[in-house]
Amino acid sequence: MKETKIFEKPKSMIDVTTHYCPGCTHGVAHRLVAEVIDELQIQERTVAVAPVGCSVFLYNYINVDSYEAAHGRAPAVASACKRLLPDSVVFSYQGDGDLASIGMAEIVHAANRGEKITVIFINNAIYGMTGGQMAPTTLVGQKATTCPLGRDPKLAGYPIRMCEMLATLQAPAYITRVSVAKPKYTIKAKEALTKAFQTQIEGKGFSFVEILSTCPTNWGLRPVDATNWLEEHMMPEFPLGVFKTPE
Amino acid sequence: MAKGRVGVNEERCKSCGLCVAACPMKVLRISDRINSKGYRPVEQFKEGCIACRMCAITCPDVVLEVFRLEDDKACNA
Amino acid sequence: MGKRFLMKGNEALAEAAIHAGCKYFFGYPITPQNEIPEYMSKKLPEIGGVYLQAESEVAAVNMIFGAAGTGKRVMTSSSSPGISLMSEGISYIAGAELPCVLMNVMRGGPGLGGILPSQSDYFQATRGGGHGDYRLLVLAPSTVQEAVDLTMLAFDLAEKYRNPVMVLADGFMGQMMEAVEFRETRAEGLPDPAEWAVGYMKQRGSRALIKSLYLDPEELEAHNWKLQAKYAQMAQHETRFESYLVDDSEILIAAYGTVARIARTAINELRGEGVKVGLFRPITLFPFPYEPLENLPASVRQILTVEMSCGQMVEDVRLAVGKERPVSMYGRVGGMTPSVDEIKDQVRKALGR
Repeated sequence: MKETKIFEKPKSMIDVTTHYCPGCTHGVAHRLVAEVIDELQIQERTVAVAPVGCSVFLYNYINVDSYEAAHGRAPAVASACKRLLPDSVVFSYQGDGDLASIGMAEIVHAANRGEKITVIFINNAIYGMTGGQMAPTTLVGQKATTCPLGRDPKLAGYPIRMCEMLATLQAPAYITRVSVAKPKYTIKAKEALTKAFQTQIEGKGFSFVEILSTCPTNWGLRPVDATNWLEEHMMPEFPLGVFKTPE
Repeated sequence: MAKGRVGVNEERCKSCGLCVAACPMKVLRISDRINSKGYRPVEQFKEGCIACRMCAITCPDVVLEVFRLEDDKACNA
Repeated sequence: MGKRFLMKGNEALAEAAIHAGCKYFFGYPITPQNEIPEYMSKKLPEIGGVYLQAESEVAAVNMIFGAAGTGKRVMTSSSSPGISLMSEGISYIAGAELPCVLMNVMRGGPGLGGILPSQSDYFQATRGGGHGDYRLLVLAPSTVQEAVDLTMLAFDLAEKYRNPVMVLADGFMGQMMEAVEFRETRAEGLPDPAEWAVGYMKQRGSRALIKSLYLDPEELEAHNWKLQAKYAQMAQHETRFESYLVDDSEILIAAYGTVARIARTAINELRGEGVKVGLFRPITLFPFPYEPLENLPASVRQILTVEMSCGQMVEDVRLAVGKERPVSMYGRVGGMTPSVDEIKDQVRKALGR
């Protein structure tokens, strides 16, 4: 019998165990980014910007030039880096508390300026690193450590849909929402990430990929149950799809 | 149907079980062994892998490698 | 002497930065420094640089973080409330050891305060301003020409120490016009950004990591000691000050920036009356020139600190002279300025005349 290896660790991924909890889909998103970097052969000119949150240690897992940014500020850091190094491929990797709460101004204005960067937005409807507090994307009724009875829209408003909001702007080139909860979604997520990076490389403008992700630990669910919960509860609130695409 | 085999980096596995759920042929399971981090790594416990890669695509920890198996005759043909 | 230009202080600061090789500016409008970004928005695109108006000071300073990480010469400017907003980012820049130049054209506070000149950000500038044990190198010009020279020096020092350098001016400096000359100077032997900045992975063979997070307490402690060693080097090599008529003085006026100019006029007039008074003017506020103040001539009996604040630099003066000599303080605040006559009166009062 002849064996052909058809799946292995991407080369731009560093060979270590991640600090993420079992079943956390950050690892899937990381691997997809590394695969795309390998396939587009851009490792030596890629710059990652990861702000505060579980994924602040992105640089421990993807071997590219990296910035660790302040909470919410990655789009500002990435904007400047890209403007000074126009031949580089600059991406930020941000969670929902980071991007949709404290960093709302930076993401909206980077998108509105049409910065030629790629933003990867991990939406798991909760603050992960700090221990499961309510996020701007927490679903109505979803329990979190700072809304123990579930999110009450009378007190805390409704989940923010970032793709839909950013798609109202004229400048962004590519805006899409995908998921990595199950293989069928993950395959499409990789296509979206490839397109997002290509959008940047071809100079077409700002690209934004929202990835619906699980946080089994803070959701209080087993990993497989968390993927089902995401499908049943998050997807109706945050529909997958392409909201803007380069002409 | 293609034949395959799943390779497991047992030290990397966190026992989350996403690959077990993703496998359409149900050839994976959580083993009884314990790795140095205290997790029970996944294993391929029977024949029947079709090299579809669903397990590796869904694994958050790059634990799995997938091989396609071809008999030499088919290869030479 | 080279060609001289009559320029407004803010524009001269901006032009000095361009002469120093700065092609990248990120900022947000605030009075009284708006001529700096306005000048940059016109000039930088002409020389292939980048001017970007950020959505806030918070974003602007993080753009500086991103830009400085490439190892190129970058700057921002703001005024007091804007610097407060930037302080978080400045802490990150200092923590990640990135070179950049920050200009603070100070206005009165606290809060929204006013838009007129002030020196009430001395504590904020010299003690770091944001969280954590870090320092900025702080340069305090007292003429527009000196503002030009120190701005050009600031870029060299920022690169030499991989540390943010602040040019601490005030609204007078920004708004007044004086003749200036741009003297081309650049330090030699500065570190090569290819050794540490992003954008050189192929050339260097390894990636760059711009970070300030050290979860391991031993690592964070070591990082802090490394920063402190750097600040000690600054204190040893970069301390700058000016003394004027100190040697036979009975009383010294300690003042920096615009106030030092006013004090100089008062000193000249008092000398005409036979009063033995001199000036001690710190040019670097961090590192503060403690040593020369510790070793004053025996004739100096006391020190009068004059500031456009309620008394900030006076604390460093007291730290330097200890209990050996009395230190008094005269301040005007809120955009009010100590006049020549007021300073003369204070000197006479201190001397009991």
